[in-house]
Amino acid sequence: MEVVRQPAGGELRARQLRARDMLRGDLEGADLDRFVEERVMTTTLERAVNWASSNSLFPLTFGLACCAIEMMSIVASRLDAARFGSEAWRASPRQADLIILSGRVSIKMAPIVRRIYDQMLEPKWAIAMGACSSSQGVFNNYAVVPADKFMPVDLHVPGCPPRPEALMHGILKLRTMIQENPELGWRARYHAEGTTELAPAQARAEGEPPGAQGEPARGASGENAGA
Amino acid sequence: MSATSEYRRREQSITLSPLEDRADEHAADRPEQELLTLNMGPHHPATHGVLRLLVTLEGEVVRELEPIVGYLHTGIEKTCEDKAYWKVIPVIERMDYLAYYFNAMVFCGAVESLLDLEIPPRAQYLRVIHMELNRIMSHLVWLGTSALDLGAISMFWYCFRERESVLDLFEMSSGQRMHTRYFQVGGVIEDIPLGFAERVRAFCAAMPARVDQYEAILDRNEIVLQRLRQIGIVSERRLLELGVTGPLLRATGNPWDLRKAAPYCSYDHFDFKIPVGTVGDNYDRFRVRMAELRESTKIIEQALDGLPEGPFITNDRKVALPPRHELATSMEALIHHFKLVTEGLRVPPGEFYYPVESPRGELGCFVRSDGSAKPARVHVRDPSFVNLQAFPDMVRDGYIADMIATIAVLDPILGGVDR
Repeated sequence: MEVVRQPAGGELRARQLRARDMLRGDLEGADLDRFVEERVMTTTLERAVNWASSNSLFPLTFGLACCAIEMMSIVASRLDAARFGSEAWRASPRQADLIILSGRVSIKMAPIVRRIYDQMLEPKWAIAMGACSSSQGVFNNYAVVPADKFMPVDLHVPGCPPRPEALMHGILKLRTMIQENPELGWRARYHAEGTTELAPAQARAEGEPPGAQGEPARGASGENAGA
Repeated sequence: MSATSEYRRREQSITLSPLEDRADEHAADRPEQELLTLNMGPHHPATHGVLRLLVTLEGEVVRELEPIVGYLHTGIEKTCEDKAYWKVIPVIERMDYLAYYFNAMVFCGAVESLLDLEIPPRAQYLRVIHMELNRIMSHLVWLGTSALDLGAISMFWYCFRERESVLDLFEMSSGQRMHTRYFQVGGVIEDIPLGFAERVRAFCAAMPARVDQYEAILDRNEIVLQRLRQIGIVSERRLLELGVTGPLLRATGNPWDLRKAAPYCSYDHFDFKIPVGTVGDNYDRFRVRMAELRESTKIIEQALDGLPEGPFITNDRKVALPPRHELATSMEALIHHFKLVTEGLRVPPGEFYYPVESPRGELGCFVRSDGSAKPARVHVRDPSFVNLQAFPDMVRDGYIADMIATIAVLDPILGGVDR
């Protein structure tokens, strides 16, 4: 759904007066019908929500490696992600709805990334930024895991690192995706719907295979640290 | 020390309400000292990457701290063993991702030393120009993100504005913003384009005034001063014991800088100063880096003034690719080109350690060659990794809020720490 702004032109004053009359209750009959036809747009609630959420993405402040520096550039003055409503970066995954995997994900980091993704509330989206998190990039070795292996990714941005413009293009593509058709089918195909964080005992009770979604990273998480 | 500064005393002397007095009545029932172990990271915006810290707190005071690294381990050193010498450069560049020219420099320098190769003076000067631009860029990112951690968001916009103009220069000379692969074994990959020198000059002319503006924002800001001064002091002796180098060591007054101590890449041709601090607190570290921004612009201007004419890469056809036009006329050039592209250059057996002064300290690369076209071992001494050792000493018995300021000023790059 795209909101088209029409130039107001000289009609503006007349429209303002009509709106004032409407608020006063002075408009009646055909005038009122015309007013409603001009001003009221009908849509479904779902589409309105998609329009709103696509224009207010809250990315997670989560940097991994080189791409994180370029990711920081999109909030800076040249690109200014605030123009598209994603200037409110959130440090807590529970307040964010977009995770940008900016850099190489090592085997040690992968369970933590998955856990952070699971902690995000639906609806949530993931962008794999750069070659490393999409396909391991130049590091085709024992240490790096592509993001698709352990979490659902909505969009890949190629580059090593991608230019900030490329990431911005990716975010705008994601915006279009959210607005037009959030159900792309692949989530159902990969059972990537509604991933949530489960306690290990809970995950076992629900018959999860070990190491699958919801299994928090042992020894790498906050809860074990205090012990 | 930090915990007893005048500011802290005043802060602690404030009593809020009678409620607190009543809380004190029950204080005797509670254990006197309860330690809390807090996990910070690996996902935490203040750790500048994926560093994980186990902090033992007594109230708000940090009693012990243990950094846990390895969350960004990429296996770069091992990958290097599997690549021909000239294909190692892009891999090793991605290590410390704010100092990519320095990463390329240490590796190329080590290989060139093993080859006993003479580098043309023009290539050396071009390397100096790019490395110093890189140092400015790295310090700008440090300044912007550190100020962000201290709560000054406007610094972030200013620093990233200047960073973009440095990256534009990199893009002009090499076509890439980051990880440019501009340095080549034997020189640089291409001569600078027309108009590059003028744009660098314009940048160098504007930069000192920008640094003045940054200082005008930060250096008279009471909050910044209170959060930096007398915080995180470690003695010079202790830093030397831990092997700390770079601005952290220079902040204590030790003028150790490899550009002066062991000049490489014709740094002895330039007239510049090594800024040092006196106390070794966070404020000195901040001031040393700010002064380095100014000194770097001076070096770049001198390098542009004295930029020698001549080849930008060595004429040794066993090491560097022949120019394109020779391929059409010379059979020999074609053979050299074929051998270099298919197999790469061969390096005589031996080992070498080549250090340079990166924005964070001594960055060194150890290369062992077994005579083949691939290195037998590549090891990198990364300053971020070594400097991080001093972090527990800096923050012990200080406030946890000061710990955030200290790690910002410490400037570890986790890509370099974990490699």
